[in-house]
Amino acid sequence: MNKELWKGNELIAEAAIRAGCRAYFGYPITPQNEIPEYMSWRMPEAGGVFVQAESEIAAINMVYGASAMGVRAMTSSSSPGISLKQEGISYLVGAELPAVIVNMMRGGPGLGSIQPSQSDYFQATRSPGHGDGHMIVLAPCRLQEAADLMADAFDLADQYRMPVMILADGMIGQMMEAVTWSERPAKPMPPKDWAATGREGPGKTHFITSLRLGASDNELFNNRLQQRYRLIEREEPRHEAVDCEGADILLCAFGTTARIALSAARKLREEGIKAGLFRPITLWPFPEVALRALASQPSVRAVLTVEMSAGQMVQDVRLALVGSRPTPFFGRTGGMIPEAGQIVEQVHLALKEAQA
Amino acid sequence: MRQIVMVPGRGMKDVPTHYCPGCHHGIVHRLIGEVLDELQALDTAVGICPVGCAVYAGNYIDCDFLEAAHGRAPAVATGVKRTHPDKLVFTYQGDGDLASIGAAEIMHAVMRGEKFTTIFINNAIYGMTGGQMAPTTLEGQKSTTSSQGRDKAMHGLPVRMAELLSTMDGMAYAERVCLADMSNYHKARKAIKKAFMLQMQGVGHTFVEVLSTCPTNWGMSPPDASLWVKNTMSQYYPLGVVKEREK
Ligand SMILES: Cc1ncc(C[n+]2csc(CCOP(=O)(O)OP(=O)(O)O)c2C)c(N)n1
Ligand code: SF4
Repeated sequence: MNKELWKGNELIAEAAIRAGCRAYFGYPITPQNEIPEYMSWRMPEAGGVFVQAESEIAAINMVYGASAMGVRAMTSSSSPGISLKQEGISYLVGAELPAVIVNMMRGGPGLGSIQPSQSDYFQATRSPGHGDGHMIVLAPCRLQEAADLMADAFDLADQYRMPVMILADGMIGQMMEAVTWSERPAKPMPPKDWAATGREGPGKTHFITSLRLGASDNELFNNRLQQRYRLIEREEPRHEAVDCEGADILLCAFGTTARIALSAARKLREEGIKAGLFRPITLWPFPEVALRALASQPSVRAVLTVEMSAGQMVQDVRLALVGSRPTPFFGRTGGMIPEAGQIVEQVHLALKEAQA
Repeated sequence: MRQIVMVPGRGMKDVPTHYCPGCHHGIVHRLIGEVLDELQALDTAVGICPVGCAVYAGNYIDCDFLEAAHGRAPAVATGVKRTHPDKLVFTYQGDGDLASIGAAEIMHAVMRGEKFTTIFINNAIYGMTGGQMAPTTLEGQKSTTSSQGRDKAMHGLPVRMAELLSTMDGMAYAERVCLADMSNYHKARKAIKKAFMLQMQGVGHTFVEVLSTCPTNWGMSPPDASLWVKNTMSQYYPLGVVKEREK
């Protein structure tokens, strides 16, 4: 199969179209502008709809409209714009509508910086907007994986009737890598008989809504959502483990940071320290069972979490390990990127502390 | 003995509405249902209801519906109509929904010339939340957040949305109507029908502003509320065609 050189943002846009996305709505923001730019000519070519919305709020609500009609729809943005989409994401959850949202994270808070960051982890994985909802959150660390995850994102959204987020950062959006397009057969999907594409006869209408004014009705709905979430937590966690068997220390990192952690792990191996990389691919559901299993090996003396934030995913690591191992943290913030050398230092420190 | 005192209107579901006595929301629903039935569009119409007293419009009018976040109906309708240009798409929004929190969404939908129809219910107040001041509340009109009457110095003057939006090229047809008497009722019906028909010809955005009652929050009897629309509201919000452009 042919290898093609792609830029991250354009690749993600093309992968969405190949996954059957036929409606894109977005608003410009660095560092993801190549996504709407690419979509603006490519989507019409593919027979789909492109609208440059007046705001991120409008864009996510356009997604709501298209999705309610049974169309595979997406939007993309970066941190400040994703904040504006929170209301809309909550409504997508409440109306059980599939959608794909790409967040090419940049440094916050506020207008922050335009450099890569991972500080929207809490916003993405806890509960988008208000209410007890969830998105499935996928975090690619290579462009090949980004292309493959785009296809999975649309399938997961349709399968579970919920929003799915691709959580990456400016680095992934801007880098170039070789990619092959996998010719995978389309997965069978549940029929969208709920779509509001016209009533099926007098009195037989579709009503897409998130309003359940009776509290007990609303609790029943919430219970149904939670059941679905428990199923997803069982079925969908994904991770990659590199050299984790018999490791002295596990580095836990996702996305761009995982790439850097991997080179730190290689340096440590040269020094004779057995460092493994545990990389969550799904951030929600967090692959806690797999992490617990690997961290509980007798050889493992600590699990060091590295993030481009002040420490967000580390909470999930600590919840997964409930004190069974030391769980130190190293992070850079504001758009700064951790260096492999700094991670190596942190590992030395962590091992020394574990010894004591 | 059972006596049938009312039958559901054409294009309406056989369920009682939750509207207060004398509220015009139900009448506008009935007009929409009738017109959709007349145009044989009930099977292909998609309505978008607002956050406001009409949040349950989809339970009453017998066509498919989406419920949008507060003020976002025009963006939702854009997603619907762009992906399904063959559908008859309409939004139904109150004045808090359209003129306040959703001001950006309606402006840009019209700016883009989105080919759906807006039914805009101007009752000069926030109904559902209990009678607060709206951008359309008249000068001097009392509400729960303007207890001494709307003060121009503090809040400016009420906005005429049909006129404002008609300054944009994307607006193909805009008319303001009311339901205060039978002759106006028939005009309202005609306007809604025309807006839907023009939409299907793809001329651009079509917009019907309905001056409507909220007897509950105005503190008026239903007949007085109708009279207030006719004698007071329509002085500030002139009835009739605001804009009409062919293709
Ligand atoms: C984001 C958000 N803000 C506020 C509300 C509360 N709220 C519900 S309805 C409404 C105003 C409704 O007034 P209007 O649009 O004039 O419609 P009416 O009820 O008069 O028909 C408000 C402020 C909400 N649901 N969501
Ligand atoms: S509160 Fe006002 S707008 Fe709402 S149903 Fe009652 S009369 Fe109608």
